[in-house]
Amino acid sequence: MNEIIESVKNLSIGFNSQKGKQISILRNVSTNIKKGETVGIVGESGSGKSTLALAMMGYIKQGLFPLKGECLFKSKDLLKMSSRQLEKIRGRKIAMIPQNAGQALTPNLKIGYQIDEALKLHTDLNKTERDKKISELLNKVRLPSPETMAFRYPHELSGGQQQRVAVAMALAGKPDLLLLDEPTTGLDVTTQAHVLELLRFIAKDTGTSMIYVSHDLGAIAQVSDRIVVMYAGEIVLEGPARKILKEPIHPYTYGLLKSIPKLSLAGLPASMPGSQPQPGSINEGCSFYDRCNLATDNCKKNSPDLEHIKELDTNVRCFNYKELINQNNNLQTSITKKSNNSEANEVLKLKDVSISYAKQKFFDQLLNKISDQNPTVKDINIDIKKGETIALVGESGSGKSTILKSIAGLLKTKDGQIKFENDRILSSDLKMRNPNDLRAIQLIFQNPDESLNPNHTVEQILSQPLKLYFNLSGEELKKNIIDLLKKVRLGEFYMSRYPRQLSGGEKQRVAVARAFAAKPDIILCDEVTSALDVSVQAAVLNLLQQLKEDLGTTYVFVSHDLAVVRAISDRVAVLYQGRLCEIGPSQNVYKFPSHPYTEVLLGAVLEPDPDIKPKLVAEDIVEEKPPEKGCSFQGRCPRKIGDICNSEIPPWQIGENGNAIRCHINIEELASLQQ
Amino acid sequence: MLLLILKRIGLGLITLFIVSLITFVGVEVLPGDACTTYLEREAYGAALDACIKRLGLDVPAYERYLDWASNVVRGDFGYSLSGEMPINEVLGPRVKNSLVLASVSILIGIPLAIILGIITALWRDKLPDIMISTITIFSMTIPEFISATLLILIVAIWLGWLPGIVIIPSDATFYELLSNIILPVVAISMIMTAHMARMVRSSVIQVMASDYVQMAILKGVPYWKMVFRHVLPNALLPAINVVALTIAWLLGGVVVTEVVFNYPGLGRLVIESISNRDLPVVQALAIILASIYVGINLIADLMTLMLNPRLKSLQIRK
Ligand SMILES: Nc1ncnc2c1ncn2[C@@H]1O[C@H](COP(=O)(O)OP(=O)(O)O)[C@@H](O)[C@H]1O
Ligand code: SF4
Ligand code: SF4
Ligand SMILES: [Mg+2]
Repeated sequence: MNEIIESVKNLSIGFNSQKGKQISILRNVSTNIKKGETVGIVGESGSGKSTLALAMMGYIKQGLFPLKGECLFKSKDLLKMSSRQLEKIRGRKIAMIPQNAGQALTPNLKIGYQIDEALKLHTDLNKTERDKKISELLNKVRLPSPETMAFRYPHELSGGQQQRVAVAMALAGKPDLLLLDEPTTGLDVTTQAHVLELLRFIAKDTGTSMIYVSHDLGAIAQVSDRIVVMYAGEIVLEGPARKILKEPIHPYTYGLLKSIPKLSLAGLPASMPGSQPQPGSINEGCSFYDRCNLATDNCKKNSPDLEHIKELDTNVRCFNYKELINQNNNLQTSITKKSNNSEANEVLKLKDVSISYAKQKFFDQLLNKISDQNPTVKDINIDIKKGETIALVGESGSGKSTILKSIAGLLKTKDGQIKFENDRILSSDLKMRNPNDLRAIQLIFQNPDESLNPNHTVEQILSQPLKLYFNLSGEELKKNIIDLLKKVRLGEFYMSRYPRQLSGGEKQRVAVARAFAAKPDIILCDEVTSALDVSVQAAVLNLLQQLKEDLGTTYVFVSHDLAVVRAISDRVAVLYQGRLCEIGPSQNVYKFPSHPYTEVLLGAVLEPDPDIKPKLVAEDIVEEKPPEKGCSFQGRCPRKIGDICNSEIPPWQIGENGNAIRCHINIEELASLQQ
Repeated sequence: MLLLILKRIGLGLITLFIVSLITFVGVEVLPGDACTTYLEREAYGAALDACIKRLGLDVPAYERYLDWASNVVRGDFGYSLSGEMPINEVLGPRVKNSLVLASVSILIGIPLAIILGIITALWRDKLPDIMISTITIFSMTIPEFISATLLILIVAIWLGWLPGIVIIPSDATFYELLSNIILPVVAISMIMTAHMARMVRSSVIQVMASDYVQMAILKGVPYWKMVFRHVLPNALLPAINVVALTIAWLLGGVVVTEVVFNYPGLGRLVIESISNRDLPVVQALAIILASIYVGINLIADLMTLMLNPRLKSLQIRK
């Protein structure tokens, strides 16, 4: 167990800036990987995790080059090897499982071929033995019908299946070390939990060492024996997983853990100010100085070394780490949020709403109707109160964004009505809505890079809605823009910036400011924090909550992340295949009884705690279409009771906790099953 | 899949029908008719009557269109005015000449372009790329008539190695043709190869930067194997359509080159018949050129469909 497989020594990697300056993005990184051990490397995007992982295979991305240090694999430096020598090691001794298997599998080659290629390169098996091995491998990663699977092209598989193929391919050469770069990012929650479970099983079964790179402490917590925390290209904390997660003694890790919303905790997570410095902008002092609440003058001038603390078996890069020892109780706190006034009137009602993406047939077009018997979204009934935050939760394809688009008037409804204020029916066609209704409902998108015009300055972006809805100009316009920026905690000087000059969190703030510029009654938030790092996510969540408390805005908040939903929302609606499964106050959705689908989702949540393991109750299959009749969840339901689920739409039942649940199982029975 | 092919063929036929209609109507609405345009000042009295009779201009327009169209479908384009002989006889040798010129240029130019494109991409920013890219960009920017004239000046006049202009009897054998067309082929290939090589280069570079190529490297796939199995099939797929357009452009006659070298191909025929106001020939050429474009693009689309597993299975599922 103590044999070292690979050791990185004082590694620095950098690039030449346009001004000819040498800028390092990895600085003096040293670490060891032992046999049979899984090491998690965690950090925000841009912290150098991927660069480090790739360097450990002797691969340096184009444009970058090693400045100093070495990567010793079995005491030979990978960075000095010829490509011939590396071919012998890659895939055979060290194998990679990429972030996005969908893009990492060659599109014109069948998956059987791609696995066979690895077998041919790295084993001496003959053709029949290899064919058998391919089936074996596909079986091992738990893909259905391995025989036919081998003849499929990558695009014919779902995201989770592609990721499994990548795992099978990596295992083909029986490597000693597996490198995984964000292997579950971008997968659905349930799929993610399944893939992690598979990886844990493989690590145990084959004794392979693993390096697991991720920005997600929840995922890291599930697989790692040891954790390395990176910040701005440096290791800031390194030690046994349990210690790092439960008693983090570096201010960055501490703040990171606090900013993750947790299922067990009501209220919003605390956020860390600021963002990670850009490579090249760190001159002297500690790179975390700007964001650190323990910083002293010493930190500004001197940069701390990575110090080994024997009794904790931990390396830490901080002058003041002692202040954090035994502070772990504070980790379990959060910011309580003001609950909304439940007496308030309803502002938005969805009544029997169905939405279809089916192409209109010619005759239907003439009659202006849609005759789809099995629409993507069906029979949605939700009443939303003023000042309330209602969350729509479900895996990808569950129809969350579809419903948002319909409320915004971007997508026609097939049946049903959307009623706004005093039961006035809103046309589902944007062009038929009056300007005031358009102003009253605003959207914020997942990816600010796509929703902000790259050629406009922040000032131009924010002035558009102000001009359009309020006819402002001159001094007044400027004053309003500055006010808006202040609301989202951005200084006046941001006015002249372009989106590319902003960090991810700043961009999302500008998007929030743009939505608020219209003084809307309702804001539709579509996965607004999914593309952000956790520390930034916490800041945006707190910002949204603050604005709502000040201005009384109503949010419809779409997310796949139950923990985030728990933190921000007052009420949760759970969707599967475009049908409502459960709806209720968010503090209760996490209490049983739950709809079987909610139970599956709750079980799959990854908490940054090695003691809380996900419960995998349902298969992670992907359904392309909702079932024609019966319960929408019949295809995957682990509690399915029989034919009635296939034939009849289940009734709504109200549980003890006030949740409405749509299931054929009697609600009391469900409660006792879930105890 | 079959349905899709039929649909594409149907669409092609409709395109051709529309082209034929447009050319016919275009000729029809021009002031005067084929005879007055052709006979010019002598367009009166017996000569005009005879001409009208000969071309059948005395029947209503739609009847003439139907008549003409049905003949075209049977492969008969009617009579040329200037040569006073069947258009088929005028076209025959021209089509053959263009075909020879085009096929030789294609056989040399396309493989060369692909090879150069790949070399420049794989040795990106190294010496081979810098040298080849400079030459390709250079030959892309010089207009054809200049490069063609320069070729004549240097090779034919100063060095005296090859004839400067092409003089071939209409019954020339393929071999005779070949020795005559070296210079035109070089002139055409220069531009064509340069354009295509640039395209292949950027396509290969793009694929080389993809995640799946990085994955193949990290899997330990040897370099050349990776290039041939993982890079080229994906990089050359989008090139098919560009190659098709180039072939169509070549078959349709490379007007400038043909004129400079006095090469009797389709391109020059277009110029000649327009300046002679030989409207029946213009009509015939319009249909032929349109058919070439439609046909070749159809083939290219079908090939892309066959070779791209993504599109293939999409179609099958539907
Ligand atoms: N080819 C490159 N040229 C210049 N900078 C790069 C290149 N690749 C990555 N970087 C920079 O290196 C830093 C770390 O990148 P990366 O290792 O991908 O981080 P992570 O995996 O933690 O998100 C980032 O600031 C990124 O912008
Ligand atoms: S060295 Fe100072 S600034 Fe850096 S993390 Fe520690 S306390 Fe904070
Ligand atoms: S109705 Fe049946 S299939 Fe649907 S959730 Fe209940 S038990 Fe499962
Ligand atoms: Mg990364």
